[in-house]
Amino acid sequence: MPNSAIRAGVDIGGTFTDVVLETPQGRHSTKVLTTYAAPEDAILEGLARVCQQSGVAMQDIGQVIHGTTLATNALIERRGARTAFITTEGFRDVIEMRTESRFEQYDLNLRLPDPLIPRNDRLTLSERVDATGTVLRPLDRAAVEALADTLGDYDSVAVGFLHSYLNPAHERLVREVIAARQPHLSVSLSSDVSPQMREYERFNTTCANAYVKPMMAAYLSRLRERLAAAGADCPVFLMHSGGGIMSLEDAAEYPVRLVESGPAGGAIFAADIARRYGLDRVLSFDMGGTTAKICLIRAGTPKTARVFEVARSYRFKKGSGMPISIPVIDMVEIGAGGGSLASVNALGQIQVGPESAGSEPGPACYGRGGARPAVTDADLVLGRLDPDNFADGTIPLHPDASANALDTHLAQHTGTDTTMAAFGLSEVVDENMANAARVHAVENGEDLAGYTMIAFGGAAPLHAGRLCEKLAIDRLIVPPGAGVGSAIGFLRAPYAFEATRSVYMRLDAFDEAAVTSLLAELRKEAETFVRACDATAPIHAETKLYMRYKGQGWEIPVPLPDGTTPSAATLLSLFEDAYTTLFGRTVAGLPVEVTVWAVNAATPVDAPAETPPPASGTTADISRHRTLFSPTNQSTVTAPEVARTALTDGAQVHGPAVITESETTIIVPAGFTATGRSDGCIDIRKGVPA
Amino acid sequence: MTAHSVTHQIMWNRLISVVEEQAQALVRTAFSTSVREAGDLSAGVYDIEGRMLAQAVTGTPGHVNAMAEAVAHFMREIGTDTMAEGDVYITNDPWMGTGHLHDITVVTPAFHQGRHVGYFGCTAHVVDVGGRGFGSDANSVYEEGLQIPIMRFADRGTVDQTLLRMIRVNTREPDQLIGDLYALAACNEIGQRRLSEMLAEYATADLSEISTYILSASEKATIDRIAALPAGTASATMQIDGYSMPVTLACSVAVHPNHIACDFTGTSAPDPKGINVPMVYTRAYACYALKCAIAPDIPNNAASLAPFRITAPEDTIVNAVHPAPVALRHVIGHLIPDTVFGALDQLLPATVPAEGAGALCNFQMSIRPTTAEGSRAEVLTFNSGGSGARPVLDGLNATAFPSGVMTMPVEATEHAGPVIIWRKELRPDSGGAGESRGGLGQYMEVGTRPGHAFDFSAMFDRVDHPARGRHGGQEGGATSVRLSDGTALGGKGRTRVPEGATVQLAFPGGGGYGDPRNRAPQAVARDLRLGYISEDTARNTYGLSEAQIRDALA
Repeated sequence: MPNSAIRAGVDIGGTFTDVVLETPQGRHSTKVLTTYAAPEDAILEGLARVCQQSGVAMQDIGQVIHGTTLATNALIERRGARTAFITTEGFRDVIEMRTESRFEQYDLNLRLPDPLIPRNDRLTLSERVDATGTVLRPLDRAAVEALADTLGDYDSVAVGFLHSYLNPAHERLVREVIAARQPHLSVSLSSDVSPQMREYERFNTTCANAYVKPMMAAYLSRLRERLAAAGADCPVFLMHSGGGIMSLEDAAEYPVRLVESGPAGGAIFAADIARRYGLDRVLSFDMGGTTAKICLIRAGTPKTARVFEVARSYRFKKGSGMPISIPVIDMVEIGAGGGSLASVNALGQIQVGPESAGSEPGPACYGRGGARPAVTDADLVLGRLDPDNFADGTIPLHPDASANALDTHLAQHTGTDTTMAAFGLSEVVDENMANAARVHAVENGEDLAGYTMIAFGGAAPLHAGRLCEKLAIDRLIVPPGAGVGSAIGFLRAPYAFEATRSVYMRLDAFDEAAVTSLLAELRKEAETFVRACDATAPIHAETKLYMRYKGQGWEIPVPLPDGTTPSAATLLSLFEDAYTTLFGRTVAGLPVEVTVWAVNAATPVDAPAETPPPASGTTADISRHRTLFSPTNQSTVTAPEVARTALTDGAQVHGPAVITESETTIIVPAGFTATGRSDGCIDIRKGVPA
Repeated sequence: MTAHSVTHQIMWNRLISVVEEQAQALVRTAFSTSVREAGDLSAGVYDIEGRMLAQAVTGTPGHVNAMAEAVAHFMREIGTDTMAEGDVYITNDPWMGTGHLHDITVVTPAFHQGRHVGYFGCTAHVVDVGGRGFGSDANSVYEEGLQIPIMRFADRGTVDQTLLRMIRVNTREPDQLIGDLYALAACNEIGQRRLSEMLAEYATADLSEISTYILSASEKATIDRIAALPAGTASATMQIDGYSMPVTLACSVAVHPNHIACDFTGTSAPDPKGINVPMVYTRAYACYALKCAIAPDIPNNAASLAPFRITAPEDTIVNAVHPAPVALRHVIGHLIPDTVFGALDQLLPATVPAEGAGALCNFQMSIRPTTAEGSRAEVLTFNSGGSGARPVLDGLNATAFPSGVMTMPVEATEHAGPVIIWRKELRPDSGGAGESRGGLGQYMEVGTRPGHAFDFSAMFDRVDHPARGRHGGQEGGATSVRLSDGTALGGKGRTRVPEGATVQLAFPGGGGYGDPRNRAPQAVARDLRLGYISEDTARNTYGLSEAQIRDALA
């Protein structure tokens, strides 16, 4: 019998599929290599393993919550459906012309990414709606029928007309005609998928949805059948990019919402730790093999945004990917991971990433033929990794190969020795990440002073301490289960959906009746998605407006407190407060306008129990001492090594120190003290208590 | 390399990140569309001697050298001994700033622990500075708007209210302009805060040590690149539309062991109307072209720019002197790189592209109501033609080069005023044919909602002088501007458009590179399938057979 207290979190990543099972008795997790041909195979295998570990039957699982990188990968690798895009006559090339700019100013041989739908699959119809929603040119049904009859060879169709977010009638007519004449086609309308102003983002998001829809819909239905056949005939929900959970049926209809669902789970995981520790300001830092992701979490909630980019084609550079405008947890992702490769540039400087050694051949120290130095090689040479106990001892590391790679590719070009080359490499990658965090904070009007970092992912605990020093962050928490953080995060997420609409309204022409009905409509839409997941739970709706001075190009988010009746005066004062927080002062005498309205409906998440204060300080047992390079002192020191298991509640070790566990290694910088906590977290704080 | 030099490298990276942050703050708070949507701004940090150490990479190469030179003017005019914490200085002098009155440059002295350690500077293109408004029709700079000499905007933290009142009454958009001035001052302040944090973190009193490191490493890296080039001299000319009469741009490039000299002797005299270019702007775009081709990866600073020595005879259109009108200096300025590439191609084979659209295809619509319900609006849009074909790659379709600014979304533009953009899409057959094909230009058609009429202000080139191909490549499609009744309009100047009529625009394509008959048949077939070229072009220009054409379209 399905037991609602037994829940599984499943995260399909590029390399591994992580499966976590939580039962009233505890948590079990496993990693299975991702099976691309039939991704559900790895899920079934992983579930079988954790069921066995925990002694429950498949039939007992009450709920499966799933996040996946499959949609993202299909977009990156261009393995989607044969898709046609139907748009307004005169605007065939919107998704190809992009912003008409170059994302790299000095490269004469710049290549722009190909549009997702090639030009000969982009078709037009004569129709036009203006910026008030008025029809300037009607859409002729006969013309739609004639076009529909030519679509037989396609699997999926995206439809995007100008200003359809204001008036979707023409898009809906196209859907109706296609349903009648080509019922095999999957149809995605821009007014459904992403009803927001700005045609490039909206059209591209709709094309992306159409492109992955047949594949994702087929996969999701196979997954449910396979789970049922294996006995797990329980509800399956999907994690979406906004950090909430949606039903499998909605996910099949709007699969573009699954993009970045894995990293979103990581942010939810960190947010749960933040709540447990009562932390208001948290920087989550997730560093794996190829990328690092940074997210700001305020008051236990990750920051969100309305648009992001996938499939960046040029050194993770802003503008080199495709914009997807859906509610998303706002993260910066940079090409910095354990496998990131280093070289020396024309200025004699070390450069790291975004090129990565991947898992094959991997960093030089894997001894699988990698010749160039990667971040992991520097970590090994600097004493942060134990060559005999990497990945639980499954991958023996070769320090000689690391030293050789560092010498050949860095030291010889910069006139230095192996250790300094390794330090240089490590400092550069840490500085890259620190700079990304600083810029992200500034863009959000935040100052990182007073923040706590929560670090997870295989490589993060090795670099988090140094990053804290660079960002003047005084506290770092490394939770247990860091290797499967996203899958755990899925189990902490609410059922949630954000509905948004672009409607421009100046506060000096505020129409209260229109606003009330718009917000009610958005609320109904968002609640319908949540009700599809849970028929009875209370639903909490939050309203957020995006506002700016008329004439500005950037809106700022302004949350509307619960129970506030929106009026021009209230909104103005809320906007001015938010603007002052971000930019220091308001601008007198300019009209203010709302551009986007958003309602997020969510079921409440049980507040996690706060972790009790640590037991009084004891000194952790030291396993042994090892030689470690301390960037703080810029020299090699002898540092104690402590097993993570030795850091029981209240046990302490002072940095510089190394904490070892099977999944990763934690480096405690000089001047910091690590304390074990009752929930298994390692709590690292600046200062050496008396 | 020592721990010390690792620290130097990290501090350099940090300075670059500081100026990027400075620029980002400006984009977020600015009001002018040119800044916030198109990225027409720049930001930099300077040492105590006024040497630029780092500059944000923004959409405007036009500010590259101009910014590097600006701070020295401020030091001289203000007097370094009078500078104090809390001071902010300002100018829009086209010759000491960045080339026209619409660019406001703000410089702030940076202090750390009470000590003057350097400067932050930034520039942004503002929406209006009075005068005739943004356009080419002035006869001298005095008609182009309010001139602000180098002066204090704030004195020890107190903003000069007299200056603000003067500015307010001299512009059509006082709130936006004043808002932009504060945004410029604020972004320097953010830079200064971050710099101070960095100096504290590294327990460094000032910028002298890091400055020496940055400048010497940059100078060496740049000169190494130049020394590796074959020595020699080459020259080229390019004729373009101009305004009152066609303009010849002439350029010679000489590669010396430790520098490159680039001179514009032979270039036409200034135009009577506002398309003239102050020397700072010419230097910026010439230098940009040389850097792209020779040292693209070396960050911009005083030392990496110094080996590119740009000169032009006084009183030519590329070295216009006060009081020449200069508002649209970008139209000519954006075509300077194509001229430099013409010379460079003879020295560095298979490196530079064919000629492209060059100048941004911007236009302004002044809309007025014809009924009681209508509204007035000024709508400025940024658009691009095709870039020139590269030696082994096709040109970029409808993409800005050398400028790096962005276009605005059609839906956003239509919210800015009662304008209707009826068409904005690629222009087939406009990419110059070649072994590599030139980038495609674009078609646009613009009008208004019912009940309105408008004046159309054109700012285009390449109507009579399309982008030329290189090494057997053919020319790109020319610009054309006409009313919906078929009347042809000029590339520059203002036209009254009758109610109900539209303006139909075809923006230029880039030139081709190499003989079109050598283009890979698969590439031609792909262009045909995608509709980049017509069947006629595939057959007659590229020599595709009927069978190949049928296959491509199957």
